[in-house]
Amino acid sequence: MSVKVDNLRVYYRTMRGDVQAVDGVSFSIADGEIMGLAGESGCGKSTLGKSLIRMDARMRRIDGRVELDDQELPLDDTRAMNKHRFKQISLVPQYAMSALTPTRKVGKLMEELLESRGVRFATIRPELERRLTLVGLSPKVLGMYPIELSGGMKQRTVMVLSTLLNPALLIADEITSALDVSTQKAVAETLVEFRDRGYVKSMMVITHDLAILYQVADSILVMYAGKLAEKAPAEVIIRSPLHPYTQLLISSLPEVGVTYEEQKLTGIPGRPPALLDPPTGCRFRDRCPFAFDKCVEEPPFLEVEPGHHVACWKVF
Amino acid sequence: MLALDQVTKVYKVGTFGGKQLTAVRGVSFEVQPGEVVSLIGESGSGKSTVGRMILRLTPVTEGSISFDGVDVAGLKRGQVKGYYREIQGVFQDPFSSYNPIFKADRVFSMIRSAYFSQLGKDDWRRKLESSLEAVSLEPAYVLNKYPHQLSGGQLQRLLIARALLLDIKYLVADEIISMLDASTRIDVLNLLGELKARGLGVLFITHDLSLGHYISDTTMILRKGVLVERGPTERVFANPQHPYTQMLLESVPQLHTKWSGGRSPRPADTEGDDGVVPELVEVEPGHFAVN
Repeated sequence: MSVKVDNLRVYYRTMRGDVQAVDGVSFSIADGEIMGLAGESGCGKSTLGKSLIRMDARMRRIDGRVELDDQELPLDDTRAMNKHRFKQISLVPQYAMSALTPTRKVGKLMEELLESRGVRFATIRPELERRLTLVGLSPKVLGMYPIELSGGMKQRTVMVLSTLLNPALLIADEITSALDVSTQKAVAETLVEFRDRGYVKSMMVITHDLAILYQVADSILVMYAGKLAEKAPAEVIIRSPLHPYTQLLISSLPEVGVTYEEQKLTGIPGRPPALLDPPTGCRFRDRCPFAFDKCVEEPPFLEVEPGHHVACWKVF
Repeated sequence: MLALDQVTKVYKVGTFGGKQLTAVRGVSFEVQPGEVVSLIGESGSGKSTVGRMILRLTPVTEGSISFDGVDVAGLKRGQVKGYYREIQGVFQDPFSSYNPIFKADRVFSMIRSAYFSQLGKDDWRRKLESSLEAVSLEPAYVLNKYPHQLSGGQLQRLLIARALLLDIKYLVADEIISMLDASTRIDVLNLLGELKARGLGVLFITHDLSLGHYISDTTMILRKGVLVERGPTERVFANPQHPYTQMLLESVPQLHTKWSGGRSPRPADTEGDDGVVPELVEVEPGHFAVN
């Protein structure tokens, strides 16, 4: 078991109280698994990703523990986490375009970064060049400034850099959302290739785009308003979801082949609750067409079939 | 009818405008009332520039845009106001379209003072309510609120309601749903379908092929400022002619079908670079593509 998250609660401290962005989340990612984390904006998916690698000053762990290869991670301790970052847990940020320092050549930037982690750049350079070629980039990019690269090229450069030390867990936060469809495909396929070649053991791919996840992920975890709604193999989530939120979300997505005239899709009425003072019970209750008396109690996140977890009273 | 004839846009870039960048090259198309035309292109293809030229937010370098036979570029000051009663735009980011320190319904009072200053209070109220109803918003719920109190979908629908107040005939919708969440974006898209049924012509600018397919009657594919394919939506998607269209269609992530293996090669990037606009050839009735 590579990554194990147990009852993690991460709140944002604000002047008006705690924003309960991640509220009691438990799941695990196996070795070699690409787990997709899906949800709407403000559901806590990025907070969950961030809290596994770097908590910012406003974030506070209230409860829960995270294990990576049976070793507990010191999530709150920014300094102690430094030992794990980049080598064991790595991140591909959403805006790779702004992740590269504009005044440094790409190679120089990588050299400084690696040397600061005690890795000799000269020894790792052949491997770096090999991996750049693998993602379709010429090693010449090392001598270029970020402005000379296109968005997709920058994204792939950052991906190569993030995974250079073969981390056990890679967190990819919305890495395809700002890209064009054709580059999106190349970047998503690179993720799978890195896993297949063993550069990265497990991956957490965070995105709002279920269609992309269906292409690359082995399993998909759906979050709603800071809680887990459903987790299952990608095929099951897309074809036979059990949670009403997942069902409604998937039925609202237009696909090539669906037209307004022939098959009118509908959205989900209402909006997610504010997490500053979230309602008790099931947080999807107000928007759920199947809500009944029991829903005022909070549903547990239970395994209903092997590998298929869901938090809904209607399903149990 | 809104018609573009061989429209070209050249931006001056670089220090002192020393370099030229051709964003749009010889684009011609028409939008009829009651029709949704989608303009699909990747970033940098010039799709937003086309929308901005139609809305007179940026001048046309060559070619002409005409509205019911009148050249839009030649409108006099007084006529521009009339033009904006016929055609309005809604843009990508609803959160930055509003001034956050004013209430969101200020966009309506601005319309009132500019266009309906002689209208009585009750008449105005009725007009406002009917246009909010058209975008399925509850007046009591959205009026008198600040932008941050409303969701992205609501803000976007308020902007469409604002456009409808002017009894417009055409709407330029530039990426209006790409900032919205999955569960609400389809409602805004359906709204375009309802407006179409009421006789509105919509130019739907997007990068997302599945959204374009869902809503539009006509699809146009723009690549590096050049229209490479144009035709009825179902024909373009069922029988794509240009290699670029084919590549786009292969790359779209689908919900129920996986990508076929292997990387699809990008077609040569040089087309149109020599300054010659490639000609659209009719491959089947109404379906044109660059050969």
